[in-house]
Amino acid sequence: MRELKIFAVVAIFSGILYYGVEPFAHGQMHKHVDSNGLVYDGKADIAEASKDKKEAKTKFWAEVAEIAKLKGDVAAGEGGYAMCMGCHMDGIPNMGGVVPPSLEHAGAIYDKNYLIALVKDPAMASNVDHKYADTMMHPMGSVGSMFPTPQSIADVVAYLQAKKAGDVTPKVAYEEACMRCHANRYGKLTHLGTAPVTKSNIMTGYDVEGMKFKQKVAEEQALVAAYMGKLPPDLSIIYRARSHHFLETLIENPQGQLAGTAMPRVGLNQNGMDKVMKYLQETGDPSKPKREALGPWVIGFFVIFTILAYLWKQAHWRDLH
Amino acid sequence: MAHFKKANSLNEWMDQRLGVNTLKKVMQSEYWIPKDINFLWAMGMVLAATFGILVVSGIFLLMYYIPDTKLAFDSVNYITMTEVGYGWLWRHVHGIGASLVFLIIYIHMFTGIYYGSYKRGRELIWLSGMLLFVLFSAEAFSGYMLPWGQMSYWAGMVITNLFEGFSPDFAGGALNSPALVEWIRGDYVPDQAFLGRFFMLHVFLMPLMIIGVIVLHFGTLRLPHVNNQEGADIDFDEAAALWKAGNKKESKVIPFSPVFLSKDVFVLGVYFILFFYLVFYNFSFAMDPVNFDPADGLKTPAHIYPEWYFLWSYEILRPFSKDLGLLAFIFAQGIFFALPFLDRSPNVAPAGRRGLFNIWFWILLIDCIILTFMGKLPPEGIWNVIGFWAAITFFALWIALPIITMLEKKK
Repeated sequence: MRELKIFAVVAIFSGILYYGVEPFAHGQMHKHVDSNGLVYDGKADIAEASKDKKEAKTKFWAEVAEIAKLKGDVAAGEGGYAMCMGCHMDGIPNMGGVVPPSLEHAGAIYDKNYLIALVKDPAMASNVDHKYADTMMHPMGSVGSMFPTPQSIADVVAYLQAKKAGDVTPKVAYEEACMRCHANRYGKLTHLGTAPVTKSNIMTGYDVEGMKFKQKVAEEQALVAAYMGKLPPDLSIIYRARSHHFLETLIENPQGQLAGTAMPRVGLNQNGMDKVMKYLQETGDPSKPKREALGPWVIGFFVIFTILAYLWKQAHWRDLH
Repeated sequence: MAHFKKANSLNEWMDQRLGVNTLKKVMQSEYWIPKDINFLWAMGMVLAATFGILVVSGIFLLMYYIPDTKLAFDSVNYITMTEVGYGWLWRHVHGIGASLVFLIIYIHMFTGIYYGSYKRGRELIWLSGMLLFVLFSAEAFSGYMLPWGQMSYWAGMVITNLFEGFSPDFAGGALNSPALVEWIRGDYVPDQAFLGRFFMLHVFLMPLMIIGVIVLHFGTLRLPHVNNQEGADIDFDEAAALWKAGNKKESKVIPFSPVFLSKDVFVLGVYFILFFYLVFYNFSFAMDPVNFDPADGLKTPAHIYPEWYFLWSYEILRPFSKDLGLLAFIFAQGIFFALPFLDRSPNVAPAGRRGLFNIWFWILLIDCIILTFMGKLPPEGIWNVIGFWAAITFFALWIALPIITMLEKKK
């Protein structure tokens, strides 16, 4: 009995210690940001905006909501999409700061409202209009002239949702949504995609083709860094460096977690978010499935070990008192 | 040359040459431990086992670790975690072990303080134990540098800065030495030379010294014997004779092996269930998220804090100005060594039966926990005030100790 009381004292103090330095301290250090449930209605943008921008943002998101009510014509949208492909195609080089991403699964991973907003005004939609105040234009800024009417926007978005909504793997979701800025070296992804398989010259030891690719990546990184203000971090192990909740709310609205950041909102829907988070977890915490498979066996072993040790101890201590 | 008879068994052969039977008696079958003990007496063995686990897991990690500032981060986080079979397991075991070893050290220390196991012949046990604490701290700190993440880098920066000493205005600048900081780092900032030397300290010099002092720590126990729950002064010869005569119930002692050991192993079993629960399901407290960002000398993290086991002494440093803080820090690091000499009471008894000392003990424990909390919280507003007063309380406690123990009645 006395031993159990002493154990209770030790356990209580250890528990208090743990609570204080972990959940409590971390709760105090990091502000909590609520998710908007992946609904892109501009609520946070308007709330956070400075006075002179509030009105413009309110108007913009109201118009987006109006367009969302229109019924898009998929066939008409296909014609509009042909204009998108001028930039959003395989092998296109950096344009105005980033490589235009593939839209192969845009309908599957991005939210409908967000896509409408993006075609209407990319800087407003991704909540980085503060970056393009006077001197610079968003690299996709000319899109407005391609889709001048609400109906044309509704059509192209309807097309993306109908025809570009195939199944997407976590890796492809990451490539389309994140890779143009964020490399993932543990996933072997550069800003220009997966490095080609090359070989060293056996007589010199140098892999010239590999070095050429590395140079291209370095040049691309310089352009991205110049455009974004710094090279966006490699996300190989970001899953261990930030909490799951932080990453989700950051992706949903970067300004909410890092006010003033150059990171644009990506506009992922639930499917896209799940896929991207899964990929980040796969590269950042690859041992999870192995841990879960092995854990019960190791702990089971020590439970049996402890029972046997107790019986051994009793055999010796039974006659002592 | 000594005369050797033909040996009839391997044991006899070994005994003739190495005295294994005597050794066995001295260290096991006739190493007498008081019977009146509880599970806290097993913490020494728990520590030895945890240290063993740290050594073994460390050896496996060392096979793949690359002490190069450009490669260290990925050698830990990618090669070990992804490409090496069970590398993740060894790493989590090493991380959890490094954290739990300090929890057990603190339990072990406070057990010693509570039961008065540092006086009447047991002073060297306490002193060698404190030396182990310092060595384990150096081992933990040097190991924390190795993944070369943000917290490695910035903790290395902050802690080596302490060696600059007092400000140039203090004592005419005699104790101000920026050159010492550069000498320790081997550079102006933590870089390759810094990582290389902390790597050496972590995998060679510190473990070697720890092993040596563990042997010393065990040695200091042998003559004064382990204390017991009541602080009773046991006649070990008499009690041992009773045991050997078969009067196990009457004897106040038990042999180290197998009787004491059997209980240790049981406690170890319970401990390992907790240990591996943490390894598999709750390891992040021992592996700070900030350290999963690679070291970047151009980007200071928003919050820099040490691992939880250094927080109490970090918080003693933090609420004061530079010079005062450094003095306070040096005081806090050294004062535990002086415990056997500051406790002026001859009584060896559990704190619960020592009046004022009992109050002193619990305030010290709670104060250390409060300091630990404040050391991690951002240094602003109310946390600063609480931290300041907790640090003041810490000093007041140690100043009061000789006085309240002198007032204590002799039992």
